[in-house]
Amino acid sequence: MSTKTNNNGPAIEVMGLTKKFGNFVAVNNISFEVPRGQIFGFLGPNGAGKTTTIRMLLGLLTPTNGSARVVGYDVVKEGEPMRKRIGYMSQKFSLYNDLTVDENLNFYGGVYGVRNRKLRERKKYILEMAGLTGRERELTKNLSGGWKQRLALGVAIIHEPEVLFLDEPTAGVDPISRRAFWELIYDLAEGGTTILVTTHYMDEAEHCQNLVFIQRGTLVAQGSPEEIKATQMRGEVIEIDCNNEADRAIPLLRELDLFDEVALYGALIHVVSDDPAKHIPLIEKSLADHGLQVSTIDRIAPSLEDVFISSAREAEKTLGR
Amino acid sequence: MNNDTETIIKTEALTKRFRKLVAVDNLNLEIEKGQIFGLVGPDGAGKTTTMRMLAAIMDPSEGNATISGYDLRQQPERIKEHIGYMAQQFALYGDLTVLENINFFADVFGIRGKVRKERIDQLLSFARLTEFTSRRSGRLSGGMKKKLGLACALIHSPDILYLDEPTTGVDPVSRREFWDILTGLHVEKTTILVNTPYMDEAERCSQVGLMYKGRLVQQGTPTQIKGLISGELIEFRPKSEQIQGVGLLRKANRILSEQPGVLEVQTYGDLMHVFVDNAEERRPQLEDALEAEQITMTNFRKTMPRMEEAFISLIGQIEQEKAE
Repeated sequence: MSTKTNNNGPAIEVMGLTKKFGNFVAVNNISFEVPRGQIFGFLGPNGAGKTTTIRMLLGLLTPTNGSARVVGYDVVKEGEPMRKRIGYMSQKFSLYNDLTVDENLNFYGGVYGVRNRKLRERKKYILEMAGLTGRERELTKNLSGGWKQRLALGVAIIHEPEVLFLDEPTAGVDPISRRAFWELIYDLAEGGTTILVTTHYMDEAEHCQNLVFIQRGTLVAQGSPEEIKATQMRGEVIEIDCNNEADRAIPLLRELDLFDEVALYGALIHVVSDDPAKHIPLIEKSLADHGLQVSTIDRIAPSLEDVFISSAREAEKTLGR
Repeated sequence: MNNDTETIIKTEALTKRFRKLVAVDNLNLEIEKGQIFGLVGPDGAGKTTTMRMLAAIMDPSEGNATISGYDLRQQPERIKEHIGYMAQQFALYGDLTVLENINFFADVFGIRGKVRKERIDQLLSFARLTEFTSRRSGRLSGGMKKKLGLACALIHSPDILYLDEPTTGVDPVSRREFWDILTGLHVEKTTILVNTPYMDEAERCSQVGLMYKGRLVQQGTPTQIKGLISGELIEFRPKSEQIQGVGLLRKANRILSEQPGVLEVQTYGDLMHVFVDNAEERRPQLEDALEAEQITMTNFRKTMPRMEEAFISLIGQIEQEKAE
């Protein structure tokens, strides 16, 4: 059977994937598809099963049940040919700090069998992409976080992989370097590379075209950021401005015991309410009773992080602790 | 946040040199009592060095500061009694339990007797660690370690709390919980100075200071900082019959970047954010430019920039001014 290069199918197909460690179900029957050329976000709290799933997709860990295909290859039976066509960058960049930039590229070129003219071409492309041209002889350990991260991305794509897995690639990197990194990701996706990325930064998740949320091994939501915001938010965010007296208002609002969350945003307060029509007058009355004036009180659009938190809390209730 | 504001941290030309490198350059910072003050800036801007000096664990090269009424150069030990400091790589004893770690810090700060027991119980419940007192701290999750670090930094009931990137590597749920705890401290009038690379956290501070190359280049409320960006922000979703996905977004980006009046173009998922000098005036022109390439603008709206956009745009402006 020739399974080889089904170039029209999805880049990643996950079907009922499950991984148990003894009695512990790390990944519980998840299914999703990633179309080619997409930037796909894979989100969930720590311990939700993200890394376990990625390790199965890389063919490093055998699923207990279910199956997955990456660029058409079965990840269990055809792990070896598959790995030549995928790239992986983890949060602990796999760079050799005592080697120079150029030596790191040569080393990974060797690992993936990229040689001679092809290697020279790829190195030139990567150095330009990462803005490291002219710094080939610098020791990797002397590069700052942002440069190191771009070099790590470079070595992950030396063999022109069709699918790139990025596991928290931007942890601990400042906002400017993160933005530059995302520009590179967009360039790669435009060139046809499919990208699956995990991140704790919800502003980055907004850069993805599609997302899945997993919680305790179970897939709890999927869709575009806009779809997820429109469908997954339990309750609504109410923003309250009480004339710079937020620190007095917060204990009062917490005492009402109506809201999952009462949070301070600068001088403003955000509460998440499952019945705003009923709660807004209650908030106004409670604050007025204590001599606090509300200058504005409005429902606002939730951020992706609001939705993520709400979804995670809801899943905790449903799945039990 | 009453009208009777009182300055609790004031630096005067605070400077730190490491040989030729000026890490903190003539910093004049004023923080009011009870504020949550967020210090933001790119890596290497001098945020951590500033915090170390204000914690009286690193001597300034020049300048001085007054903290909680004490002189940084003359009375560093008095300052230490009034501040709590959670460093980026703070040390917990991994093979001690949660309770043993807190006890250790209580000993260091000489907290004894009845006060000690009360304070420890209060901190455990506050940090939501009461159920985990006998767990070894090495076996806590990342978010719980941070909460334990916070509890240890608060053992002596400091007036001022310094937090250096307290939530790096922590997932969004734990991060939200950590900020809930900070909100509680704020309500109790603790002054908080926090360094953060997360712009959504900067949004939660009462004041934000933007540091760049050792200097404070902007300061204001989050709303004021976001108001500093020049131009207006429009958001829309591009649609096309011919081309889909990332290719469409990149093409729209290139077309718009070349249009007069466009200051900056950014992509969010399938949405585009375009900073222009005047949204209403430029809209027809931008629409025409896209239509010429068979791209339609849908879901058009004018919107407020996010803190991250403000940050990147402000740093960009500063770098451009330096270059000119």
